[in-house]
Amino acid sequence: MTTISTSAGMTIDDDGRALKAKFARAERARQIKAAGLVAPLLAFVLITFVVPIGLMMYRSVDDPVAVRAIPRTLELLNHWSPDSAPPEAVFKVLGEELLSARESGDLGKLATRLNYDVPGTRSTLMRTARAMRRGPAEGRSHRDLFETIDPKWRGGEILAGLKSLNSPYTRSYYLAAADLTTNLYGDIVAKPPHQRIYVSLFVKTLWVSLLVTALCILLAYPVAYQMATLPAATANLLMILVLLPFWTSLLVRTTAWIVLLQSNGVLNDLLVATGILGDEGRIQMIYNMFGTVVAMTHILLPFMVLPLYSVMKTIPPNYLRAAESMGAPPARAWLDIYLPLTLPGAGAGSILVFILCIGYYITPELVGGRTGQLISSAIAYHMQSSLNWGLAAALGTLLLVGVLALYWLYNRIAGVDSLRMGG
Amino acid sequence: MTGPAVRFERVQKSYDGETLVVKDLNLSIPHGEFLTLLGPSGSGKSTCLMMLAGFESATGGKIYLNEESINRVPPHKRNIGMVFQNYALFPHKTVAENLAYPLKVRKLGKTDIEAKVARALDRVQLKRFGNRRPAMLSGGQQQRVAVARALIFDPEIVLMDEPLGALDKQLREQMQYEIKDIHENLGVTVVYVTHDQTEALTMSNRIAVFNDGVIQQLAPPLDLYEKPENAFVAGFIGENNQLRGLVKSARGGECVVQLHDGSLVTARCVNVAGAGSATTLSLRPERVEINPPDGKHPNRFEGRVEQLLYLGDHMRIRVSLCGHDDFIVKVPNASMHPGLNAGNSMTFGWAPENCRALEG
Ligand SMILES: Nc1ncnc2c1ncn2[C@@H]1O[C@H](COP(=O)(O)OP(=O)(O)O)[C@@H](O)[C@H]1O
Ligand SMILES: [Mg+2]
Repeated sequence: MTTISTSAGMTIDDDGRALKAKFARAERARQIKAAGLVAPLLAFVLITFVVPIGLMMYRSVDDPVAVRAIPRTLELLNHWSPDSAPPEAVFKVLGEELLSARESGDLGKLATRLNYDVPGTRSTLMRTARAMRRGPAEGRSHRDLFETIDPKWRGGEILAGLKSLNSPYTRSYYLAAADLTTNLYGDIVAKPPHQRIYVSLFVKTLWVSLLVTALCILLAYPVAYQMATLPAATANLLMILVLLPFWTSLLVRTTAWIVLLQSNGVLNDLLVATGILGDEGRIQMIYNMFGTVVAMTHILLPFMVLPLYSVMKTIPPNYLRAAESMGAPPARAWLDIYLPLTLPGAGAGSILVFILCIGYYITPELVGGRTGQLISSAIAYHMQSSLNWGLAAALGTLLLVGVLALYWLYNRIAGVDSLRMGG
Repeated sequence: MTGPAVRFERVQKSYDGETLVVKDLNLSIPHGEFLTLLGPSGSGKSTCLMMLAGFESATGGKIYLNEESINRVPPHKRNIGMVFQNYALFPHKTVAENLAYPLKVRKLGKTDIEAKVARALDRVQLKRFGNRRPAMLSGGQQQRVAVARALIFDPEIVLMDEPLGALDKQLREQMQYEIKDIHENLGVTVVYVTHDQTEALTMSNRIAVFNDGVIQQLAPPLDLYEKPENAFVAGFIGENNQLRGLVKSARGGECVVQLHDGSLVTARCVNVAGAGSATTLSLRPERVEINPPDGKHPNRFEGRVEQLLYLGDHMRIRVSLCGHDDFIVKVPNASMHPGLNAGNSMTFGWAPENCRALEG
């Protein structure tokens, strides 16, 4: 009996183990296949999206040049308080290090970097380094030499600026992006009013995005409703009209708005021709905020119509009938039943439109003129013209964080699983 | 109250201006009746219901509620409860909110609403489910909520459009009893639509059989089954042998019909024009007797047993008889006959009153 049970136990055990192993093997094959299928996309996303964004975020804090170019000066400045006169040694060492930086090619970078924090000091640094080869005249201090080369060395500003570069990582790009700066003592203070740009630009971008999103909801809702309720043939025609903008180049569409809205454009001509406006009274409808909002609303409208339509399509007409049979007048039934059921579509559309809007570049750039620019233009300016990539990166990171925060907020309020792009 | 609860008077409906989906409908429904509209899919039953509820307008004729024309009354003022085929429970509201909706629309007080909702939940045995969303209920439970919601504002009339269509057989039968129960307890007038004849037969006081937008017959279930008035009704309700032939002679409610193979059958005249007209004989399979005693029935024919089907409580026998090879006979299992085997010849007979001669 013992033998039998043991052997039986063994068999079961063996079988069990065999089954487990077989199962694991089968599962592994399935997993490898699944991983193989998503691997190309994953790699693509990693290389073209995650890595660049990571690099961008790194750039917004990366600040290696001063530490590399003038390490001994920074060491000395560490013990210096901007209230006191800087010791002679600082100037002596700085002079030597500027010379060697000029040779190694770091000088330009250092000067540019200092110029971000203390505007107008790039030339000072360059000139000083150039003049440094001669050394101070007999009996004169290094400090005298510096001050003769450029009187700006007299105040402590430049040295304080250099002192604040004493770490390979910096917060100054973020401070600049928030219209803040540091004073001589390293405390964070607001920039002088005429230099404050970005906070108001961020706020403006936020408002414009909200406005465009709201306009999109208002315009898209009736269209989507018609599409969902009309017979298929008519609904398809409407759908084509909605999708038409998708099939036209962005530039063509934007140019069309320019043709339509400019001072000598179609709309103004029409208003003047019909006598509603005098020839002097032509309205400026483009190259300002109005143009930006109109063009962006038009371009982003399909992103609102499509999710709304696909949600409305799934709402059976019987819901409204049921409500009416229970005594609700049509308008009440619509508000109580239909509207809440379309909110997931409106939410999905709003998130799409809002996020696209907040980073939109080409349209505001083309039709926004001076007042219709958004934060994206500032980022592009620092990428392409001023080449202050650190600041561009900080602005971009703030934008990204803002979008993520809003997404998180939406998730808290509505739940992302309530988003519906389709049935 | 006197007079019918609902009256259709010469009601017509066309969706496209060309074909009539409902043709000249006349129908009176007394208070408290359970009336079923029965018919094949596309026969216009739902359309009738939708016109009564007010979601479709009648193209012609008038509909009266308590003898008042409601052609111009919008749906929300008709005070008619409705149960839809897929229940149409509001997915974003809980069960209790669904039930409260008609009361909230009627601006009842909060305590009133709560009491009524609790009572309604109790009535359909869903007390614990008030806080759930409809999607978290089973089909049968959703069905109960839908019924409770249609009844909670005490409408005089409740319309149900194939309310059990989405349920499985067992649940359907249980729900039939529950709905019937509610109807009897509350005394509401119910207009019920189904294409399932068993459902119609078990639940209704009267059944209106629809085909092609016309009521073919309006009668209590028993009459409908036992006394179909035309070939469509006979064929649609229950199983039924249809034998075609010509009337030879008609006298005193009975007629003699010659079938195509020449055999003569005595039948009850229901609606035949008279001698020489074509007719369809309708004969229920369970009314056919095997080996009847000599002289019991005037209709006695020799037939060949083609196939036997054992169905538990009864036996279905396919017979070649009078030139038809799909003549069906049903016998209870208790009354088995010796020699009832495929290939054997046997005698079959039936009484003239069970064989109805219908027009066509
Ligand atoms: N809204 C509608 N528009 C056009 N035709 C319809 C509509 N509703 C029903 N019909 C047509 O009317 C006929 C009857 O439909 P219906 O009343 O739904 O039949 P039943 O409920 O008996 O199946 C069908 O031929 C159907 O195609
Ligand atoms: Mg129907």
